[in-house]
Amino acid sequence: MADAKTNTEDYLQMYRQMVRIRAFEDNANQLYLDAKMPGLTHMYSGEEAVAVGICEALEVTDKITSTHRGHGHCVAKGAAFKEMFCELLGKEEGYCRGKGGSMHIADQSNGNLGANAIVGGSMGIATGSALRAKMQGSDDVTVCFFGDGATAQGLMYEVMNMAALWKLPVIYACENNGYSEYTKTDEIAAGEITARAEAFGIEAHQVDGQDVLAVNKLTTDLVQRARKGEGPFFIELMTYRYHGHHVGDINRTYYRTKDEEAEWKTKRDPIKLFGDWLTSEGIASEDDLAALGEGVRQEAADAVTYALAAPYPDGSEVDMHVFLEKT
Amino acid sequence: MRSITLSQAVNEAIAEEMRRDETVFLIGEDVAEAGTPFKVTSGLVEEFGTGRVIDTPIAEQGFMGLAVGAAMTGARPIVDLMFGDFLFLVMDQLCNQAAKTHYMSGGKLNVPLVLRTNLGATRRSAAQHSQSLHALVAHIPGLKVAMPSSAYEAKGLMKTAIRDDNPVVIFEDKLMYQDKAEVPEDEYLIPFGEAKVLREGRDVTLIGTSSMRQVCEAAAAMLEADGISAEVIDPRTISPLDEATILGSVKKTTRAIVVDEGHQNFGTTAEIAARISEKAFYHLDAPVIRMGAMDVPIPFSPALEDLTVPTAEKVAENARRLVAGELIHAL
Repeated sequence: MADAKTNTEDYLQMYRQMVRIRAFEDNANQLYLDAKMPGLTHMYSGEEAVAVGICEALEVTDKITSTHRGHGHCVAKGAAFKEMFCELLGKEEGYCRGKGGSMHIADQSNGNLGANAIVGGSMGIATGSALRAKMQGSDDVTVCFFGDGATAQGLMYEVMNMAALWKLPVIYACENNGYSEYTKTDEIAAGEITARAEAFGIEAHQVDGQDVLAVNKLTTDLVQRARKGEGPFFIELMTYRYHGHHVGDINRTYYRTKDEEAEWKTKRDPIKLFGDWLTSEGIASEDDLAALGEGVRQEAADAVTYALAAPYPDGSEVDMHVFLEKT
Repeated sequence: MRSITLSQAVNEAIAEEMRRDETVFLIGEDVAEAGTPFKVTSGLVEEFGTGRVIDTPIAEQGFMGLAVGAAMTGARPIVDLMFGDFLFLVMDQLCNQAAKTHYMSGGKLNVPLVLRTNLGATRRSAAQHSQSLHALVAHIPGLKVAMPSSAYEAKGLMKTAIRDDNPVVIFEDKLMYQDKAEVPEDEYLIPFGEAKVLREGRDVTLIGTSSMRQVCEAAAAMLEADGISAEVIDPRTISPLDEATILGSVKKTTRAIVVDEGHQNFGTTAEIAARISEKAFYHLDAPVIRMGAMDVPIPFSPALEDLTVPTAEKVAENARRLVAGELIHAL
C-alpha cells in the first residue's frame, strides 16, 4: 500500500518522473516543429505535478484512463520513452504498433487503459473498470483523468451518478488548466466544478496542481479510502498548460496573454517549485538535480534517435487487430 | 423436439453462459426484477443476484461506457438496450470506444461485450421505437452484428456472441419475442458468418434477415404455387457476412432479391446487392432487387405503418417479374 512520499528515494522518483515528462514533451514538440512527426500532439508541460502526484500514489495494478493530453499520465504510470516515441512517430515498435499515435497510447501492463481522443470519452471506461474491480472483490482503484473542458460532457454526470450509487473505487481527477481548448474555463463552466460532484454526494477536493507533494498526499489518502469502499472521490487540480491546445496552436494572444504564461512558467513551475523544496530541505543538491536532469534528457534524446530510425509497420498489418480472433 | 419462444431462448442463452462463466453479467434499464419491458430477462436476478443482473439509471451512454471499461478489464458484459432506437444515445461509447479499442491499442486491449437490442416496425410505436438500425453499426469496423430470425437462432447466436472476444451487437425482432421454434435441450452454438439455406430453389434467391426470413419463406410458398422455385437464405450475421453461400446460390438461380427491415437507402440490402452485383455479375439474368423499409420515419397510424415494411406479397410479386424477364429497372 503506497504511503504519501516521505523519503529521499521517493522524493527523487517524483522529481525524476516530472523531469521525464517535461523532457518527453520538449522532444515531442521539437519533432513537430522539425516536421518529423505525423499529425499533431497535445503538450502536458506545466501539469507534471498532477500526473506524478497521482500516479505515485497508485500501484501498478491500479488503472488509469487518460486524455488527448495524455503523455504525462502515460509516463507517470510507468511507460518507457522508446515505445512512446515510436508510437508518436507511427512506428512498429510503438505501444500500439503505430495504430494509435499520440492520442491513443495504451499500456495495459502498467494499468494504463489508454488515452482517448474524445473529450470526456473515457469517463465510462474508468467507471466500468472500477465496477469490474468491485465485482471481482479486488482492491484496485481506477483514476479517471480529464480536463476542465470535459466537465461539459453529459457522460460525466451519468457515470458519476452510478459510481456514487454503487460506491465504486474510482477517483475523478479533473485537471483544470484554465482553458477548454481555446476558451477560458470561466466561459464554459457555470458554478463550481467540485459542486457538480458534490451534487451526487461525492466527496470533492480542490488542490494546487503545481504542488506535487500536496497532490500526492491527498491522492494517497483518497486511494486508501477508495480501496476500503469509501469511494468514489473527485479532485479538481488547479494547473496550467504551457503550450497551446496542441503544438500547432502557436499564436494564443487572442485567448490569453504572454504575461500570464510567463507568470506561471517563472513563478509556478511545478518542477522548479519541487526542486527548490528538495534543495532547501537538503534532500538533494542543485548539482544532484542538474545531473538527474541531464541523465533524463540523454535518455529522451536516445529514445528519439532510436524511434526516428525504427521501421514503420509492414503494410500487411493494416487489417490486423480489427477483431481479436483466437487461432 | 420442444418448442420455446424467442424470449425464452434468449433468456436460456444468457442464463447458461452466466452459469458457465462468472465474468458474464447483465446491465441495463429494468433488467432485474422487471425483466425488461419484454420480460426477456425475467428470473435471471433470482438466480444470479443483483451483483450480476444490474439495474441502471436511465443513462444509456453511461452504462454503455461502464460496460466498455468492465470488458477492457476482464469482464464479459451483456448490455441491454431497451429499444434499438436508443443506439443513437450510445454511439460514441459503442463506435468510437468499443469498436476501435482493439485496433487502436495495436491488439493489446479488447472489448468482449454484447449489446443486445431490438428492431422491427408494425408495433404501432411510432418513429422513435420502431427503427431497424443494424446497418448503422454494421458500417463500423470492429463490431460484429447478429440478426436472429427465430428462437433457435436467437439462442445459438447469443451464446456465440457472449463467448466472442469482440463487441457484438444483436438485434432481436421485438415482434417475434412470443414466436416459438424448435430449440434443442442440448447445448449448441451458431458460428458467426454462416448463413442458413432454409429452402433450396432454382429460379430466384430470396435473402431475408431477421423476421424478413419469414417474409421470404412465405413468398417462396406463394411462388411455388406459381411454379417458381425460390431459394431462401438467412445470413444470420451481417457482419461477418457469409458471402460464399449467397454468391453460390445466386450463381445457381441467376436472380436475387434482398429483403431487410432497415431503411433501404445506404442499407443492408444495398450492401448485399452490391456484393452480388460485383462478384456474380456474369451469372445474373436480372438486376438484383433491394427491398428495405421505406425511407420515411416510421409512422404511427396502422394505415401508414404497414406500408413501410416489405411483405411476402410484394416479395413474391417482384420475384415473378424477375423470373418473367420483365424490364424491372423502374421498380
